[in-house]
Amino acid sequence: MNEALWALGRGTGVVALVMFTTTLVLGIAGRSGRSVAGLGRFGVNEVHRTAALTGTTLVAVHVTSLFFDPYAQLRLVDVVFPFLGSYRPLWLGLGTLAVDLLVVVVAVSLLREKVGPRVFRLVHWATYALWPVAMAHAIGNGTDRASTWLLALAAACAVAVLAAVGWRLSPSYDERGWSRTPRKVSS
Amino acid sequence: MSRGTHRLHVDWTRCDGHGSCAELLPELLTVDDWGFPVSRSGERDPVVPVALEAHARRAQKACPLLALRLVRATERPAR
Amino acid sequence: MTSTLTTQRLLAGLDHGPVPRLTVEALVDLLEASGLTGRGGAGFPTVQKIRSIGRGPVLVGNAMESEYLSHKDALLLRAAPGLVLDGLEILAIALRARRALLAVGHRLDPGPVREHVAVRRSSVEVRHLDGGFVAGQESALVNRLDGGPALPGDPLVPVRHRGVDGRPTLVVNAETLAQLALLARYGADWFRSVGTPDDPGTFLVSLTGSTREVVPHPGVVEVPRGTPLGDVLASAGTPLPRARAVLVGGYHGTWLPMAALDAPLSREGLAPYGATPGAGVLHVLDQRACPLRTSADVASYLARESAGQCGPCINGLPRMADTLTRLAAPGADRALAAEVDRLRGLVRGRGACAHPDGTAHFVASTMRVFAGHVESHLRGECHAQGRAA
Repeated sequence: MNEALWALGRGTGVVALVMFTTTLVLGIAGRSGRSVAGLGRFGVNEVHRTAALTGTTLVAVHVTSLFFDPYAQLRLVDVVFPFLGSYRPLWLGLGTLAVDLLVVVVAVSLLREKVGPRVFRLVHWATYALWPVAMAHAIGNGTDRASTWLLALAAACAVAVLAAVGWRLSPSYDERGWSRTPRKVSS
Repeated sequence: MSRGTHRLHVDWTRCDGHGSCAELLPELLTVDDWGFPVSRSGERDPVVPVALEAHARRAQKACPLLALRLVRATERPAR
Repeated sequence: MTSTLTTQRLLAGLDHGPVPRLTVEALVDLLEASGLTGRGGAGFPTVQKIRSIGRGPVLVGNAMESEYLSHKDALLLRAAPGLVLDGLEILAIALRARRALLAVGHRLDPGPVREHVAVRRSSVEVRHLDGGFVAGQESALVNRLDGGPALPGDPLVPVRHRGVDGRPTLVVNAETLAQLALLARYGADWFRSVGTPDDPGTFLVSLTGSTREVVPHPGVVEVPRGTPLGDVLASAGTPLPRARAVLVGGYHGTWLPMAALDAPLSREGLAPYGATPGAGVLHVLDQRACPLRTSADVASYLARESAGQCGPCINGLPRMADTLTRLAAPGADRALAAEVDRLRGLVRGRGACAHPDGTAHFVASTMRVFAGHVESHLRGECHAQGRAA
């Protein structure tokens, strides 16, 4: 049973990482105002959200299964407060930190119409911190002797994110495919 | 077009011509030369036919800048 | 109706005695009976604005005069600042206003009105503000008074619901306030004794010309509503054969050809021409100026004056002005005329304020009134003798 919980914990963790990588890459693609992979602009946005919510659900399962797995030595406090854990406390702490950030980002995103576009955008910037923290946690906590596949997967995710961020910072990004005068943004 | 209970309102102080709305509501919206939504009927806040209301709500949720709103048809914006 | 051209009411320079204190009911009755409409450009019946304002409002007197061709509020603040303050005081008492502000544009001198405020220990806050063409727009002004940039807000939340300090805000033009100050003292019958039944009272007209020759005596005059256009031009010494057309209302207004000289300057008198008195601007175009070049210059100015907030305005107005400019060069392509019309339709109704609509209206007026001139240009001729003035 414990083996199953441990496997579930690791499995959901890995897939969640892939989900959040997808979320971040599509978030950057969506911000560009371009359609990617034939999804349409609305499609990019909807897959972005679906990936985010799927990843969040997987994280919930990840944390729950590890909580019930005695090998992980996860206490309730470790779910919220980082760096107090017993098993690899540093890497675990990063996981806790990622969960904290995730909860805030998802809550604000679901309540975006109430909080308004300014607060929504501000909090969303935290995702640029969320992803590296989650990645560090995955590598630090998830790797052991037989885990070249995890490192390979992490490397692939990192390449995708670096490419997307590189594009985000490049001058051609903001053109959005239209030639037009930038707006004076008030909110 | 059939009647509706809501109008589609673009908050121009927020809209940045992202274009998801026109993709999801092609019956009501198209885009201009610069990617900003244009009401096909020429009305400022076009009435959303009942049959399209679900699509309009989807378009509202899809706008990344929260620039789209469905308002009750009796609430005419003052100008 | 009156027989003299100018009727000095606002500009009479008299001491009108103490400020009357009115209840809100008495104020509404007075405004209803008098038929006073706004003198800032939109021409809204003032009684409607009073009826629709919420409790404990903030009052804003609008003396921004952001209409470039208008000079009336500047004169008013020089010649009769007390009347403007009286109007604010009357509203403040009747509506139990929390605050009263007077927004004075950068082209105007706030000195005289500040002196009056000091002398009568008024609590009106005089704010001297910079800003361009859009800065006098209601919601842009409110945002500016709240400390932000002069960007118009979404009209879905009108300032009469949420404005300065988040409170219901009533924005009234300075001249309307001055009219109210006299109306409250002398009554609705007196107010209606000049003007037309549908559009009573007097108004301030800013009269300018594109050249010194076509309007030798530019300035501001106070005339009864319904005065024929030609009479006002004559009083300023305009040699009528030298005039090609008159821009009525302002840069968002309408061209009137010289055939319309007998048009009464009132809402119903100008309606057949698609025009309104607007902010009281009359700008006479010299016969020697090319109307298309002039209009293209105006359209370019209006494009530059966009607040820069809304995509259709910030992109559409420059493209429309540019197309009109190219059409204004003789030998232009016929397709440009159709393109101007397409862009006109494209910008209308798409923006947080009426700037694109007003600009589109002006361009439409140009294309309609000067259609013959457009045809000449397309044939490669321009019948104006000199440069655009």
